[in-house]
Amino acid sequence: MIKYLIRRFLSAALVMLVVTFLMYVLIDLAIDPLEDLRTSTSPNAAQLMENRIRNLQLDVPSPIRYFWWLTGVGGCLIGQCDLGSSWLTGQAVTSMLQGAILNSVKLVFVATFVSIILGVTVGLVSAIRQYTGFDYAITFITFLLYSLPVFWVAVLLKQYGAIEFNNFLRDPEVNWLALVVISLIAGAFWMGAMGGSGRRRYINLAAGTIVTFALLAFLFGSNWLLQPGIGLIGVTVTSLAAAVLVTHLSTGLHNKRAFYAALTTAVLGGVFYYAMQWFFYFVPANWFIILGLFVVAILVGVGVGFAFGGPDKGASARTAAIVAIIASLLVFVDRNMQVWSNYSNLAQIRGRPIATIGASSPGLQGDFWIQTVDSFTHLLLPSIALVLISFATYTRYSRGSMLEVMNQDYIRTARAKGLTERTVIMRHALRNALLPLASIVPVDIITLIGGAVLTETIFGWAGMGRMFVDSLGKADIDPVMAYILITGILAVVANIVADFVYAILDPRIRVNA
Amino acid sequence: MTTSLPDPSKHEDTHALEGDNAIEAQETAGLSQGQIVWRRFIRHKGALSGLAVVLLIAILAYSSVGFGPIPGWWKFNHYNTNDVLNGGAPTWQLSNIFSLGEHPFGQDDIGRDNFARVMKGTQISIMVMLVMGAISLVVGVVIGSLAGYYRKRVDDVLMRLTDLFITLPVIVVGAVLGVLAGKYSSPLLLAICLGLILWPGLARLVRGDFLSLREREFVDSARVAGASDFRIIFKHMLPNAMGVIIVNTTLLMSQAIVLETALSFLGFGVSAPDVSLGQLINEYQSSFSTRPWLFWWPGLFIIVIALCVNFIGDGLRDAFDPRQKRIPSKKEMLKAQIRTPERTEEEAAAAVTTGAGATGMPFAEGTPAQGPDRPGPAGTVNTHDDPGDTGDDHDGKPRH
Repeated sequence: MIKYLIRRFLSAALVMLVVTFLMYVLIDLAIDPLEDLRTSTSPNAAQLMENRIRNLQLDVPSPIRYFWWLTGVGGCLIGQCDLGSSWLTGQAVTSMLQGAILNSVKLVFVATFVSIILGVTVGLVSAIRQYTGFDYAITFITFLLYSLPVFWVAVLLKQYGAIEFNNFLRDPEVNWLALVVISLIAGAFWMGAMGGSGRRRYINLAAGTIVTFALLAFLFGSNWLLQPGIGLIGVTVTSLAAAVLVTHLSTGLHNKRAFYAALTTAVLGGVFYYAMQWFFYFVPANWFIILGLFVVAILVGVGVGFAFGGPDKGASARTAAIVAIIASLLVFVDRNMQVWSNYSNLAQIRGRPIATIGASSPGLQGDFWIQTVDSFTHLLLPSIALVLISFATYTRYSRGSMLEVMNQDYIRTARAKGLTERTVIMRHALRNALLPLASIVPVDIITLIGGAVLTETIFGWAGMGRMFVDSLGKADIDPVMAYILITGILAVVANIVADFVYAILDPRIRVNA
Repeated sequence: MTTSLPDPSKHEDTHALEGDNAIEAQETAGLSQGQIVWRRFIRHKGALSGLAVVLLIAILAYSSVGFGPIPGWWKFNHYNTNDVLNGGAPTWQLSNIFSLGEHPFGQDDIGRDNFARVMKGTQISIMVMLVMGAISLVVGVVIGSLAGYYRKRVDDVLMRLTDLFITLPVIVVGAVLGVLAGKYSSPLLLAICLGLILWPGLARLVRGDFLSLREREFVDSARVAGASDFRIIFKHMLPNAMGVIIVNTTLLMSQAIVLETALSFLGFGVSAPDVSLGQLINEYQSSFSTRPWLFWWPGLFIIVIALCVNFIGDGLRDAFDPRQKRIPSKKEMLKAQIRTPERTEEEAAAAVTTGAGATGMPFAEGTPAQGPDRPGPAGTVNTHDDPGDTGDDHDGKPRH
């Protein structure tokens, strides 16, 4: 195995050398750092041009300059990175990268996470409801998303998701007709997703529409958007609902031990909610504390599951842990919502919380919660734009692989021996259907990094993609090469990880060294 | 089920589900492969309407503003400025849909006709799309077939070359090539450059097909008969890989148009004075709040073209993939059920000999049609269905 990895990494390094070399020569051919001077009317243009040629050593052939650049990159191996510097600003590329990498990673990570969860869920449901109206509608929507130019959607998002929405917050006037239409669409979605036939479909449609409408009417009609919050009751009730749903999906409600474990965890979530209010009052939060609390919550869930015991402790523990995750997320979201109106009234925000530009509000002072809300409002629109790119991919893939699995003999066997449809789908089909995703996620991350070039440019997000676009437009080769180097390394590593993870998950695949 | 089938093209259908086969089998009797594919394609309503819409758009775009020296029937062109009428608002309104007016899509701030500009942009975007598709097709097919046919050293070298191309996101390499092509400000050169980076997915698929095709008997017999490698590859194997190639080239073209518009939007693709749909959006994005029509129309055309091309690709995939079964809708099942008893004896007898009778039986016996949309254990309707639409082919990623 180690031999295999070493061989893969060596060949990857070779690929990177060739790619960077080719790109260096290509970029050098493409850009023209002297462009402004060629059209310049200044009397000493020739002199300036000569100076610049000397400074940038443009008289040296580009392959030789590539090896100079490579020497600097090689320094990274011994801890002395020199990726060159931008000749326009004189800033070292390594310092330009520091904030940019973090911003890009944040954006791509959030988008990947959201699109996997949404895309896979929708794809699986669509596969289970194959050849129904729901399936056709989802197929059409994925085709539409494949065809949507992301930059076009991003401009629309800026206009309607940020500018108009902020206007709405300032002067809330609810368009009831729109709410009714949205509720009807949501109701149709639930009807399609829940399946069934005849009367049940209409009941689902009506219930979905009414619940969505009530929720929307509450959110928009009351002052909720200005002073959002979930509250003790909201957290408990939502956790209980999540407990019922999660148990239903994972073990079935007939498994009383798992069900009670999940319900207990949900109630504990309410208790924790109360405790956390005091905790956060006295302890200034940071990400380590939050992550620690998150782990504690999961452990509590697992503990409750084990405490209920029974022959399949594992299933109960798993169910309770999932409920614990949901409950703790609710508590976290609620705590953020509590500072929302403070945040919204800050001098930098002036009641227009959804941002269209940048990765954070400049000069924002505030505690951890204010900062978190600030990143959220800035992340929201660019992530939606990115999610639109990869949501369709995940939906199609998970639908396809689920259909393939559902036609396997072992699924028929599972049904033949009388297992419930839930067990067949959740235990036998789902796990096998998710397997191929292990090899798709890394590839999709590359696509998202590419998509981030567009999104970052439109939303003025100071990430690597924007650095690439700006520098390429200004004939600044070193930052462009840094971007290509990092993206290339990410891609190569992602592919190795994909193969590796797949080999670990699928016992049919052997890695032969 | 039936084993004696006179027509080998129906072989795959023997495994198919009952209801579908009844409809399918009659349709494939005595037809060539091309006819079968065409029949399956025109049955795919989405693909057919996609094809119609794309053709309409192309005809509209090329005839309205003309191309090259040929003038079009539209009175304005994409570069002349005219008087700005009514703030440049579109004269083609939903309230009076039959009157185009002076400037149906509106005007920009200096009075250029938006309809002419969008049409010109559509022309260039379609041209770039076709050229990119053609170049990726040629390069991908040549590299893929050589790698798959010769294997070993050639395969290694060519596949490492392919790896080089997929290491970086397409848009990044595209941007660099776009800047390079931008020096000569020629959309055709841009299309050629971009075509040179989109082929790896196709090459991998063709290689995979060739690896399995070269083990087939007909290749051996061609070789024994003394055919040259060139002849074997292009006369014997390539026609057999046509389905994969056509489908993926189509899907690649929908990627191509989105890539071109994205690059033009970033300013690395088609740039002024040339227009393309992405370049128009780039130019007008800041005027969205004042002149939204300048922004809506080019975007709408991109979406419609890409969507239609995607649907055509989907239809072609269904048509080419013999394992792909179309599940008849409930209505069609009912119709087939009603029709079956009405068949004359003669027809029924003929159907038995062609194998369609055996599959038609359940209907004749009055077995209630299973809900085709119910994947339950009893709904054997789709248990044999191969999910040809795994979505793999969309990005040219390898099939399972």
